[in-house]
Amino acid sequence: MATLARASRSEIETLLGDPPDHDLLKAPETGTVMAEGRAGGAGRRFNLGEATVTRCVVRLSNGRMGFSYALGRDGRKARLAALLDARLQDEAEGSGLHQGIATLAARQASARDLASRKAAATKVDFFTLVRGS
Amino acid sequence: MYVAVKGGEAAILATHDLVAEARRGDPAVPEISVAQIREQQALACARVMNEGSLYDQDLAALALKQSQGDVIEAAFLMRAYRTTLPRFGSSEPLDTATMAIRRRVSATYKDLPGGQVLGPTYDYTHRLFDFALMDEGGEAPPRKAPAPLDATMPRVPDILGAEGLMEAEEPPEGDPRPFDLTRDPVSFPADRDVRLQSMARGDEGFLLGLGYSVQRGFGGTHPFVGEVRVGEVAVEFVPEELGFAVDLGDVTLTECQMVNQFQGSKDVPPQFTRGYGLVFGHSERKAMSMSLVDRALKARDFGEATNYPAQQDEFVLYHADNVEAAGFVEHLKLPHYVDFQGELELIRRIRREREERLAQEQEAMPEAAE
Repeated sequence: MATLARASRSEIETLLGDPPDHDLLKAPETGTVMAEGRAGGAGRRFNLGEATVTRCVVRLSNGRMGFSYALGRDGRKARLAALLDARLQDEAEGSGLHQGIATLAARQASARDLASRKAAATKVDFFTLVRGS
Repeated sequence: MYVAVKGGEAAILATHDLVAEARRGDPAVPEISVAQIREQQALACARVMNEGSLYDQDLAALALKQSQGDVIEAAFLMRAYRTTLPRFGSSEPLDTATMAIRRRVSATYKDLPGGQVLGPTYDYTHRLFDFALMDEGGEAPPRKAPAPLDATMPRVPDILGAEGLMEAEEPPEGDPRPFDLTRDPVSFPADRDVRLQSMARGDEGFLLGLGYSVQRGFGGTHPFVGEVRVGEVAVEFVPEELGFAVDLGDVTLTECQMVNQFQGSKDVPPQFTRGYGLVFGHSERKAMSMSLVDRALKARDFGEATNYPAQQDEFVLYHADNVEAAGFVEHLKLPHYVDFQGELELIRRIRREREERLAQEQEAMPEAAE
């Protein structure tokens, strides 16, 4: 679900292919989640502010349920992600769909790695000036 | 007294058309898209998300487009929209120690685990116009280091904390749910969770001014930036129907830990104390201002005098919200015809009475002189 939450709608659409028959148990719904922080990073909890979240619950014709929760307001993405979540539970590990998820996860990890390497290029190397002779 | 006034409907409809035209500007110039604002005005979007108290980059960009770049008007749009949404619940507390760092600097330690990472910042620019930006395109691709940064970096105050020199920051007994000022009315003295929520959604300029006042002596602290960090943090949420934490994706956050001297008191040995700032998006000025004022507002907890505005929670919390402040200041534009008629009558009557009284005194004077 973490990978799907970070994937784009078109990535999910491509991976899912033709949507299977399903019932919408909970139609895509946009609401908010209150993001909490902690004072000093580790202390008392406080409410930082809300974030938009969209969720969806589907049931395939075989009875398998799929859930999706992700930041943002994309209802179509939420529905496709819920369908994919249901399909993934039916598929054996190592199947095409699971491999597809692994590919998405790898793509996300490499984007994170690239961002981190760009930040790392701005890391300061200190050198000390020696005064006098 | 307020009496409803009818009329002006046609004028109001006409102003809607006119403001739309003003917003669009010269039709010969291509219209700006929401995606362009989201990607190229991200710092403005961050401010709108903070003051609108809603994390959604697309909506912040739309709000800026709709308000012609008026940040407070944009925050107002965010607040209004938020009230139409159901709330699914609260996230697990965000863990900034696991942040995917894009920028992290400390003014207290030169060599610290993870290092000083400047990231994308205007701090070391010359503030000279880059006229090349008048034309489009042509940015040099950023450099890449061969290896990424450390996966996690310790928060600087925790390093001092390990030595016992830093005020401990621990959740109170039972790790209670925080107060929510969007649901319940605030009372004073306000607890730290209320103060931090209020400042997180407060006006950047107001907090900046208060933070500055503290540095200039209206609050008397000598702060150091223990750490500023900017990056992405995963939001985890436990949906009722699932019963386990789900990762909703990442939000960009800026965190500031300000380190302040403290003389110590009868009960507490001398140590460093903390001011804390946490905000949405890349918003260092806001996070730093918040952490200065957070420390100032702890004055009462440390038995310090509370003589200055930044140390007074009622003053800070009641005036930090720019949507409320703008509403109350700007409502003065709305018709007050009847109020003003009343005032007019009153002034006229007082003047009449004064003139009558003066006239009577004039008449009485000659007799008194006899």
